[in-house]
Amino acid sequence: MADASYPEQLLYHPDHDWAEIDGALATFGITWYAQDSLGEVVFYEPPELGTTVSKDSSYSEVESVKAVSDVIAPLSGEIVEVNEALADAPEKINEDPYGEGWLVKVRLSAPAEAEDLLSAADYVALLG
Amino acid sequence: MSRQEEAVLTIFERSKPGRRAAVLPEAEVPEPPLEELIPANLLRGEPPRLPEVAEPEIVRHYNRLSRRNFDLDTGFYPLGSCTMKHNPRLNERVAALPGHARLHPAQEPKRAQGALEMMWLLQESLAEICGLPHVSLQPSAGSHGELAGLLLTRAFHADRGEERTKVLAPDTSHGTNPASVTMAGYEIVKVETDERGGVDMDDLRAKVDDEVACLMLTNPNTLGLFDENIAEIAALIHAAGGTLYYDGANLNAVMGHSRPGDMGFDIVHVNLHKSFSQPHGGGGPGAGPIAVSERIEPFLPRPHVVRGEGGNGSRAAYDLDFERPKSIGRLRGFQGNFGVFVRSYAYILSLGADGLAEASETAVLNANYLKARLAEGRAGRHLPVAFDRHCMHEFVLSGKPMKKELGVATLDLAKRLLDFGFHPPTVYFPLLVEEALMIEPTETETKESLDAFAAAIDQILAEAEEHPEKAKQAPYTTPVRRLDEVKATRRPVVRQPL
Amino acid sequence: MTRYTSATPEDRAEMLAAIGVESTAELFAQIPAPLRLEEPPALPGGMSEAGVYERLAELAARNVDCERQVCFLGAGMYDHYVPAIVDAITQRSEFLTPYTPYQPEISQGGLQAMFEFQTMMSELTGLPVSNAGLYEGPSSVASAAYLAIGATKGRRRFVVSRGLHPHSRETLATYCEGFDAAIEEVGLDDGATDPGALATAVDGETAAVFLQSPNFLGAIEDVEALGAAAREHGALLVVAVDPMTLGVLKPPGECGADIALGEGQPLGNRLDFGGPSFGFFCGSEALIRRMPGRIAGETDDVDGRRGFVLALQTREQHIRREKATHNICTAQALNALAATIHLAWLGREGFRELGELLVRRTAYARERLAAVEGVELLHGAPVARELALRLAAPVDRVLDRCAERGIAAGYPLGREYPEHEDGLLVAITERRTKAQIDALADALGAAVAAEAVTV
Repeated sequence: MADASYPEQLLYHPDHDWAEIDGALATFGITWYAQDSLGEVVFYEPPELGTTVSKDSSYSEVESVKAVSDVIAPLSGEIVEVNEALADAPEKINEDPYGEGWLVKVRLSAPAEAEDLLSAADYVALLG
Repeated sequence: MSRQEEAVLTIFERSKPGRRAAVLPEAEVPEPPLEELIPANLLRGEPPRLPEVAEPEIVRHYNRLSRRNFDLDTGFYPLGSCTMKHNPRLNERVAALPGHARLHPAQEPKRAQGALEMMWLLQESLAEICGLPHVSLQPSAGSHGELAGLLLTRAFHADRGEERTKVLAPDTSHGTNPASVTMAGYEIVKVETDERGGVDMDDLRAKVDDEVACLMLTNPNTLGLFDENIAEIAALIHAAGGTLYYDGANLNAVMGHSRPGDMGFDIVHVNLHKSFSQPHGGGGPGAGPIAVSERIEPFLPRPHVVRGEGGNGSRAAYDLDFERPKSIGRLRGFQGNFGVFVRSYAYILSLGADGLAEASETAVLNANYLKARLAEGRAGRHLPVAFDRHCMHEFVLSGKPMKKELGVATLDLAKRLLDFGFHPPTVYFPLLVEEALMIEPTETETKESLDAFAAAIDQILAEAEEHPEKAKQAPYTTPVRRLDEVKATRRPVVRQPL
Repeated sequence: MTRYTSATPEDRAEMLAAIGVESTAELFAQIPAPLRLEEPPALPGGMSEAGVYERLAELAARNVDCERQVCFLGAGMYDHYVPAIVDAITQRSEFLTPYTPYQPEISQGGLQAMFEFQTMMSELTGLPVSNAGLYEGPSSVASAAYLAIGATKGRRRFVVSRGLHPHSRETLATYCEGFDAAIEEVGLDDGATDPGALATAVDGETAAVFLQSPNFLGAIEDVEALGAAAREHGALLVVAVDPMTLGVLKPPGECGADIALGEGQPLGNRLDFGGPSFGFFCGSEALIRRMPGRIAGETDDVDGRRGFVLALQTREQHIRREKATHNICTAQALNALAATIHLAWLGREGFRELGELLVRRTAYARERLAAVEGVELLHGAPVARELALRLAAPVDRVLDRCAERGIAAGYPLGREYPEHEDGLLVAITERRTKAQIDALADALGAAVAAEAVTV
């Protein structure tokens, strides 16, 4: 598994999720810390397209062998794309949490919410 | 093939066409083709691909398999909240009596008086032990009892014209409690634990309202601690109109010394496969009879075993009462796990009141002694007790310092214990304690057994201080070593392809 | 000391000293005084082992069991012959006394046995995924209902055939109070589920359709045809089956069922006045993550050895808690092991032959009994091992007279099927010989003649 990393261009939510904003859309995933705490991911079932997600609320679950973790939405919006590849290869969430391990793409409904998110530096500071 | 490979062949892999064990009786009746008796479209084509093995090979196969199990008759099994006490063989003998074993459940009550009387006597015994007058033996396990208790609660509130939506349970509760809550259609609300290890009374007061149907507790709790606030807790929940449910998993601590009914509980489930010596069987069977207060009685499952006076001074007659207009109904078929009742009743007769009280007392003594031994030396340093006070029948240690200082997790300690011939304690539960080890020795262990366990822990920790990797790669001497659970879950193989 | 504890006075003194207390009373002091019993409970005193044995034997002697009476009682539990090796193996300490296999490295025996059981039940039912067992038949039906709610994203209507075991229907109704779900019952026509009524009852709100085959009245249902209604509306098709008939009857998996389940007692388990037995529960691959109960899975260890573990534990209560697929913890593992050994003993050929034997003996019984004066078949549907009769005399009186001849003639239908007040359900196993069936015919004939209500 890769070493701890927290890319600078991303925004972070205190519940260990990241968001990459690209205009009106954003990609979500879980951070290196989250996948490390979970252990090897064995199952991920993406939510359905069109589902509304709310900032700070859970929109899906990630499962390891011995634990189930809620995945928290860093921002609000509507799901427009899900990472289908994770159905057969959930381990991508561990191997590449910011790249091939992305979970969903969302059309943002309240872009201003991004102001509440943390920079990489602030998130790392939170981890202690 | 290696000896190890041979050892794990499945019964299917020992199969060879033409081999068989069963010789069936002659038909003695006409044998037309089945198509003449049953329409062809309802008939099976190919028979199920069961193995073809003769009797000696079947026996050898399962005997060999059995030796790949560690078991209670062989060694110490200190699983917290499981109460792995000795399973008396007398109980097996009486359960096998044909009058019990070959009795059909639909036999008319008048021809099953021995069975019904025994069930009634067991009900009475459990009522006395629990301090609640009315008992149903129907639930098949603790979880089943929990569901029953919650459905009784639902019926109780509905009968009063109330609809409540929430059930409270401590954050230390066994996973079955919240699972049962959801199955009963309620929403679980967690109550926090205070620094003494009991229910946080402030948090409880904040959460009790008229939406709360029930509070589920076990006392002593999964930390092995008796909640001295129980009277106040009961008063609180009752004043708000809710019921108080007792998860009987920890009854072994208080049998004959204190009764849940006196503590204020309305509904209690008893795990016969814990406190009452029913063997665990590798995952059951058990039974989870429930004892309830007067106000809950009308809702008890149907049928209920009742006793009526015999006419003309003759012996009492026992019956199944189906006329229970407010009953929640059935939870399962027939009367319940009767074979388990026989064993438990035999156990109660064997011990008697004094014996049961002595069993609890010794269970508490053994737990406190082992806790004291593990408070010394290395164990005291690396595995501190989570709550520093006298425990009851079990106690919880935290492996957090061990993990931090030695890099060895509770999981690794557990796996290394396997090499020493012990079943590990319960690990990672309750969730409240980091790197938890929940230890329940039970009353049937000798002092030497407890000393040997303490010595093994010390030895493992000494080893971990020098060579932590030894525990991290353990076990070494068991039939298999650590298994790839990730693979098992990512690509489940849950049957043999044939 | 009791018979099972070992703490001598010396042990106690040493232990108390190590703890740092004078007596165990100090350990119990955490229980508030008002809650501490002054005296032990009012229970009979401890008895010697011989005394306990005598007492239990005395109670057993007052039961009319299948050794004292020829038993034609069925209704889901049957007097089959269980081979001696089942007891020999299930009484072994290594299978009898361990706990649930949470530490797989020292539980390979139990886990492999579960895997073999799962394979066998999958073979019998024709569905790919089996769990390691539930409590028994009727509550397994309720468990399937719980699964169906989740699987259909919250539908809460169940359509249930009146042919389902009354205990299953009652249990389902009890659980549905918690599920906030409704049940609609579909009636029978000449013993089998009315197809038209079923089709009408199922709609887009139905989570699952429940059938039983053979049904409670012994009739074999055309599950494939009846199941079309479920498929059409996206409801699950759940079929309860008698496992002993699966050697000869088309399995639910080949009839479009999503879930096959039932009472496992006939496989390897004693009657025991109704329990413990086990429920089997098999489903399609799509439902694997929603399955209740333990499931053993195959894998390897760090050195590449083949081994078995509890798989997909995140479904279960100890991990998933309030979101678990079920609340079950302790199940009926030893009873499932008994079934596994019995099925291995019967084997591929024996299991099929036993099914054929049951069908033929039942056909014989049907012919013999229908020919008895005052006895009629209750329905004309095909049967496998149990048949329903209509008697021209009060059933309870007939049963008493047959009992006097040492025969339990069958299960009276009247209480649970008021429309069949005169109904009797007769079950056949391989232990019911031709001679016993002939004796039953004679006894019924005589009893009906003696008790017939004169017009």
